[in-house]
Amino acid sequence: MIIVRLNTIRPFPWLILIVTVSFALVPWWTDNVSLRENLILAALDITLASSLNLMLGYAGYVNFGNIVMFGLGGYFGVYLVSVWHWPILVATLVGGIAVSVIAYVFGLGILRLRGAYFALATIGVNEAVSVFVTNFEPWGGASGLYLSLDAYAPLGGPGHTLWIVYFLMVAVMGLSLALSYAIRRSKFGLGLLAIGENEDAAATLGVPTRIYKAMVYSVSAFLPAIAGGLYFFKSGIIEPTGAFDLTTSIETIVMVMLGGQGTVAGPVIGAFLYEELRGYLLTAQAFSHFQLVIAGLLLLVIVLFAPSGLMGFVHQKLPFTRRWLE
Amino acid sequence: MTALIEVTDLSKSFGGVEAVTDLSLDVNVGEILGLIGPNGAGKSTVFNLINGVVAPDTGRIVFDGDDITGKEPYIVARHGIARAYQIVQPLTGLSVLENCTVGACFGRENLPLSKAREIAREVVATVGLAERMDTLAGSLTTAGKKRLELARALSARPRLLLLDEVLAGLNPTEVEAMIEIVQDVRKAGVAILMIEHVMRAIMRLSDRIVVLNLGSKLAEGAPQIVANDPKVIEAYLGDPKMLATAEGAV
Amino acid sequence: MAQILASVIDGVLIGSIYGLAAMGLTLIWGVMNVINLSHGAVIVLGMFALYYLSSVLGLNAYAALPIVIVIGFGVGVALYWIAVHRVIGRPPLMSLLSTFAVNMVLIGLGTAFWSTSPYNVPVSLPSVSWQGYTYTGTHIVAAALAVVIAGLLYLLLYRTRVGKAVRAVAANRAAAEVCGIPTTQVLALSFGVGVTLAFASGMLIATLFPFTVLSGGAYQLKSFVVTVLGGLGNPAGALLGGLFLGLIEGVATPFMPVSWMPMIEFVLFVFVLIAFPSGIFSFTRK
Repeated sequence: MIIVRLNTIRPFPWLILIVTVSFALVPWWTDNVSLRENLILAALDITLASSLNLMLGYAGYVNFGNIVMFGLGGYFGVYLVSVWHWPILVATLVGGIAVSVIAYVFGLGILRLRGAYFALATIGVNEAVSVFVTNFEPWGGASGLYLSLDAYAPLGGPGHTLWIVYFLMVAVMGLSLALSYAIRRSKFGLGLLAIGENEDAAATLGVPTRIYKAMVYSVSAFLPAIAGGLYFFKSGIIEPTGAFDLTTSIETIVMVMLGGQGTVAGPVIGAFLYEELRGYLLTAQAFSHFQLVIAGLLLLVIVLFAPSGLMGFVHQKLPFTRRWLE
Repeated sequence: MTALIEVTDLSKSFGGVEAVTDLSLDVNVGEILGLIGPNGAGKSTVFNLINGVVAPDTGRIVFDGDDITGKEPYIVARHGIARAYQIVQPLTGLSVLENCTVGACFGRENLPLSKAREIAREVVATVGLAERMDTLAGSLTTAGKKRLELARALSARPRLLLLDEVLAGLNPTEVEAMIEIVQDVRKAGVAILMIEHVMRAIMRLSDRIVVLNLGSKLAEGAPQIVANDPKVIEAYLGDPKMLATAEGAV
Repeated sequence: MAQILASVIDGVLIGSIYGLAAMGLTLIWGVMNVINLSHGAVIVLGMFALYYLSSVLGLNAYAALPIVIVIGFGVGVALYWIAVHRVIGRPPLMSLLSTFAVNMVLIGLGTAFWSTSPYNVPVSLPSVSWQGYTYTGTHIVAAALAVVIAGLLYLLLYRTRVGKAVRAVAANRAAAEVCGIPTTQVLALSFGVGVTLAFASGMLIATLFPFTVLSGGAYQLKSFVVTVLGGLGNPAGALLGGLFLGLIEGVATPFMPVSWMPMIEFVLFVFVLIAFPSGIFSFTRK
């Protein structure tokens, strides 16, 4: 929900800044490598969830194949670094742009399908891209691509690289939150919300629905693609099964729904909570096989009883939070 | 009187059913044209054809010199045509103000967000929904939703307003209030094409009336002339009450 | 040439099962506007139901069919009340997510119990020879059973009062309610029937091929393709669409590796959705 008060300070952007800076500084100051490794995954999750929220929460279109952007970005990044020896920053940026452009063009076509049909199509997109990449020799086919250690030399060796990649990932996370917030307060965002509420009415009101949908699809691809480039650069290897893992797509959806779709803070909270839950499940012997089951039950409960997620609940019980915790 | 919108020889069939056949009509600047006819006459289809929801089989629609035949709804909206639907379509999760802001943002003037909000505020006040500015559209009463539908269309500051049965489902007091609002809209210089079944209202409001039956134009002219046209009376099954109401209102 | 004909005929035989599966999906879609994303998972349940009845309990595979149908109906009605009932009036996104969640739970549980190893239900029947090529007996019987079940569905929908109620609710739920039809129960029943068809198709597939917990995905995609080919909510169209898909597969199989099939079907799916929104085999125009 947007409540408009014209003459108030907006605390939320500061929250974003604080969170981002804490992410960056805490592991660095304490020189805590295991914390850093946990937080880089958290930052990745938040980036993916925030970006998915643009389509799911704002425009109301479920993208079951959201992981495709991450995987493709990873492939572009690793490919440009390993084969063309580009520096990582440029490679990931180019990867992000390339995937966004592909998404825009593809989006113009596939977003002709309304709501539910689009969702169905995205289930297949993941499969299709995965099959394609597995057979695509320049990208290593089924065995994928890997980076030799000297790919990390320009950054000062593997140790340094891990820190640099970490900061970059945190920056990407901060950007994804800032982007999510900026869009929500913009005319573009209002148009998206209108589309999400009633696409036909939005069209009658003059919202250029086809173009806006393709644009948000493209924008929601950009940062996950960059994050993919960073993540797989750090891992040193990328292959089709890991890059296009449907389970991650699903978990991202759960994170967004859990935290509260359509809000900026929702995906962050959802990502955190889900990470905690998953961490607990993986270590507790009894539940390790049931990861998918638990995620599914969680999603079911949320959809049935709390479709606005945690943020929706908070906004309802404590209306004053609507203003400063969007 | 210059024609703001000229519809020429418009036809549309849906799988063998001819919904609209060779229809031509004009709406002049600053006029209220009433569109009446029995149920199934094709009135809503005409609206769908004008605002681009459906593309015509034949015919042309020219709005202020531009050919808008078959253009997509958002492009038609950009030209300055706004529509209030018969079955209201509020953006339920957004507030009344936000609903109208959407209208103001994406209408003819394509305004930035802050300016659009100001305009939306004014329009909401004009239709009498000022106290409900921040209420969620989904929680309004039917009458409130109808007003929102109208306000949202007006927020786009259109040159032509398509009103599809705005009075349906309103009690007499609400009808009166709505009639006043419509008259104010016309005073502000907006041309109006309205479909209505509430006879006394449309006879009062319209400058001219077009009667549609089975997809074709049956009659056209000033309200009292149309009301006394035997073909029109026959089309409405010669309902004497209809006739009496029309005569009484004129 | 005869080789192609043989594989085409075989494709059509299998296609009848695709049609049966798709009929379940399209029925649910047509009656309550819900896209059942757990369709693949319940097909798998049907496969395992047969496994237990046949290999563990020793029943003859075909004799188990009525039992499978009863189980399927029970599961379907239960799923309706658990996952679908509360999301009926809400935006379609919600029913997508809830059935998707059910899918996750079922597949997750399935993987935990049965891992991803292949299972098999051995059924042996004499083969039929024609024109020098053999057609496996099981394929023929499965196709015949699929057609019989489809026929039963037709009888249910068009020759019983219950069926009439279902069609009424599909056309206009509010009006049906006003006519005194207990629409919620009708919805539960329809969902149950839809899942039953999926169960039955799973069972029939299990008599033909080995399967794993993850086999459902491919059949779910096929069901979607067939459903859009036949037009939503159109069971007859679904059967035709299934035969058509079987035909395409029959023609294509000699020429291309099996792993490309899902991708082709996906492309076909998107293409049909964009180009023929109301289906190729539907007889009503939207």
